Amino acid sequence: MTRTYPAWSRPLWQRLLLTREVAVIALLVGVFVWANLNVLNFDGPLTIYYLLLDVAPILLIALPMTLVIVTGEIDLSVASVVGLSSVLVGILHQDAGLSMPVAAVLAILIGAVCGAFNGFLVAYVGLPSLAVTIGTLALYRGLAVGLLGTTAVTDFPQRWTDLAKQRIGDSSYPVIVIPFLVLAVAFALVLHFTSFGRGVFEIGLNDEAAHFTGVNVERTKLILFVLTGAVSAFAGVYYTLRFGSARGDNATGLELQVIAAVLLGGVSIFGGRGAIHGVIAGVLLIGVLSSALRLLNVEVNIINIVIGMLLVASVMSTSFLTWISALRQPGGARRPFGLARRRQSATQQRKVSP
Amino acid sequence: MKPFNKADLVQEPGSLVLELRDVRKSFGAVAALRSGTLAVAAGSIHALVGENGAGKSTLVKIVAGVHRLDSGVFRFQGQDVEFTSTAESKAAGIAVIYQEPTLFPDLSVTENIFMGRQPLDGFRRIDRAAMHDEAAGLFGRLGVAIDPRRPALGLSIADQQIIEIAKAISLDASLLVMDEPTAALSGVEVDRLFAVARSLRDEGRALVFISHRFDEVFALCDTVTVMRDGEYIATNDISKTSVPEMVSMMVGREVGELFPKTPAELGEVVLEVNGLDSTGVFHDVTFQVRAGEIVALAGLVGSGRSEIARAIFGVDAYGSGSVRMAGKQIAPHRPRAAIRAGMAFIPEDRRKQGLITDGSVARNVAGVIRGGLARAGLLTSGAENRAAGPWAGRLEVKTSALDAKASTMSGGNQQKVVIAKWLATKPKLLIIDEPTRGIDVGTKAEVHRLLSELAGEGLAILMISSELPEVLGMADRVLVVSEGRISADIARADATAESVMSAATGADTATEASR
Repeated sequence: MTRTYPAWSRPLWQRLLLTREVAVIALLVGVFVWANLNVLNFDGPLTIYYLLLDVAPILLIALPMTLVIVTGEIDLSVASVVGLSSVLVGILHQDAGLSMPVAAVLAILIGAVCGAFNGFLVAYVGLPSLAVTIGTLALYRGLAVGLLGTTAVTDFPQRWTDLAKQRIGDSSYPVIVIPFLVLAVAFALVLHFTSFGRGVFEIGLNDEAAHFTGVNVERTKLILFVLTGAVSAFAGVYYTLRFGSARGDNATGLELQVIAAVLLGGVSIFGGRGAIHGVIAGVLLIGVLSSALRLLNVEVNIINIVIGMLLVASVMSTSFLTWISALRQPGGARRPFGLARRRQSATQQRKVSP
Repeated sequence: MKPFNKADLVQEPGSLVLELRDVRKSFGAVAALRSGTLAVAAGSIHALVGENGAGKSTLVKIVAGVHRLDSGVFRFQGQDVEFTSTAESKAAGIAVIYQEPTLFPDLSVTENIFMGRQPLDGFRRIDRAAMHDEAAGLFGRLGVAIDPRRPALGLSIADQQIIEIAKAISLDASLLVMDEPTAALSGVEVDRLFAVARSLRDEGRALVFISHRFDEVFALCDTVTVMRDGEYIATNDISKTSVPEMVSMMVGREVGELFPKTPAELGEVVLEVNGLDSTGVFHDVTFQVRAGEIVALAGLVGSGRSEIARAIFGVDAYGSGSVRMAGKQIAPHRPRAAIRAGMAFIPEDRRKQGLITDGSVARNVAGVIRGGLARAGLLTSGAENRAAGPWAGRLEVKTSALDAKASTMSGGNQQKVVIAKWLATKPKLLIIDEPTRGIDVGTKAEVHRLLSELAGEGLAILMISSELPEVLGMADRVLVVSEGRISADIARADATAESVMSAATGADTATEASR
């Protein structure tokens, strides 16, 4: 006789609704509704438009960054790749006289090469990604500033700078939303509905076991870093056209905003956990909140403090939930916000020597 | 723990330093130690021998204060003691030196010796000069030339052990336990270690020496205690025993009935390994496995058994040689290629290598075949569940639902999940490393029955096991690995505990010569 099993231990609605991602989405909707009702001019036609224009680079880069962080790695060099690609577009167009599309494609290819360099050092040389990309953060930014100095290229065809700011028909959505949606669907499908995506999670949970089941850990990581480099370079092209200015210091510090939003969206910094829809909600949540606070004339410093506290609270909530569930078990947790991993190993030890 | 005062000690040669009697220790339902007994006299070197899993390590860990005994007598220096931490056992005068010591690599040799108890000078600063002098003095006594000021990083294992011994002497330990200290040492280094051990004995200290190498036991030790299956078997003067007697005491038990291996008809050659070589790990490994055959790789832990299996499957690289499946050569260091050729590999460490413990049963079971479950490149949880369900069912995995995390399951059930994952690939060759380690007796029998059944269906099985009864009961053929080489190829009919053990320990060199 063969046993059969139910596929799921929880009903469908619980699996769909009781997730970290849905909590972030609910918070986003809540803040959005609150802002519409209480913030003067938030419901104006330009608010959404400018909001999306502003967060587009973060939205774009957050997609591949999610996959990188799910494998347990990180890429801190993304903002420098944005800057480098911005400078390249400017130089290739102005000095080399290339047309905008050709310059853009070349810049994106070089972005992919930057990502490949990160990926090679991390996956095949085996260096920690944190250290590697802190190094290339400086390296790529140095190249960008070195190539163009402190000057800027501003001589871009009107046609292209207009395109970056154009709306879809009469709606309040800028056209950048279209490539973003295409990429978002693609990354979501890859992460959640392919064998490759399952491998990405497995690497984050246990890379050794992934290797033992035939997942090509090195190649997977390389691919993800290449994608991150390419998408960052694409964001750099957009950034340049949107502001009509190619500068070496464009998008400085953007990497932290991207990573913050990814973590807010429910991705575990230890790897193995996360979802694209949560990350998109995380980016938009930060965007909507800061936009609403700006309209309320709140000082920038205060906005930063609020967003920072939101991030800390979101990280704490995970630990807090772990603590609550540990409390239910006999001999459970002692400290609410201790490192979950450390506590886990302590419980295991207690089991061994009663 | 009773108060313990070192000053009260009388250490005359022959008095018992360590006395363990009927010590019991269980982990959950598994009794690792049923009746551990060991008596070690001052001024002597005492060998502790037994197969893997005989309970030696558990006994040592109780002495070292890592584990607490469930019941039994534990006397040290004639007083009843019970250590609740390794610090207490150290303070009492017990030093345990492991096979691979863990030093702080960036600190100097001296700092490693005096870690946590550095001498202070008049200004309460660490007195480095005094520390270095004392370290140099210790090395002088041990007759070794190690610069006390150099960092520990880059020291050979042998030197690291000497540093652990120096630490033990500086703590004035009256009992030194050495757990397989020679496993990683060269001949010269072994000689030096033995000289040090003898001088410590002559100072009146007691030493416990754990080793699988009989020649060393006979060369160094005064007395020997044999353990088997967590039980004390006998203690003898080394001069009054012999290798055959020790082997028979180590393995002496009835085997065969537990393991229902039914004879299967052997088919084509499935796996062909030719001259496989990996520098310093294994050498010139050549063998074949046929369809329907269970071949066991036996040998001691560290002999290179697992490394050979890992190289065949491609999770590790190898230097030279070839691996063929059904005549076709498999690209080295490419698990994917091995899987495509019909290999399945169940590794030794279930939690670290075999399973994604934070993953669900379904995702684990479908972990290897999932590429083939995708439709138009897209893979859904539903497809994984439908594929995983029947395999989990065939293995009778006990779980409430397919989305339960593997980490919540018992070791036996986890092993079933791993087996299900690989059977789902419909392999032609199953490599299984320690098929029943850490799983309960009931599941153990199930796994054995399953392996026998699979061989009957024509699967070729390469099994690695440290449990001699399992090897003798299951295998059609036993390949004994000793120090990275296949030292014997024994047919089922000729395989006995004695023949396998002596080939594994290198006690009988005639076996190798006869090949």
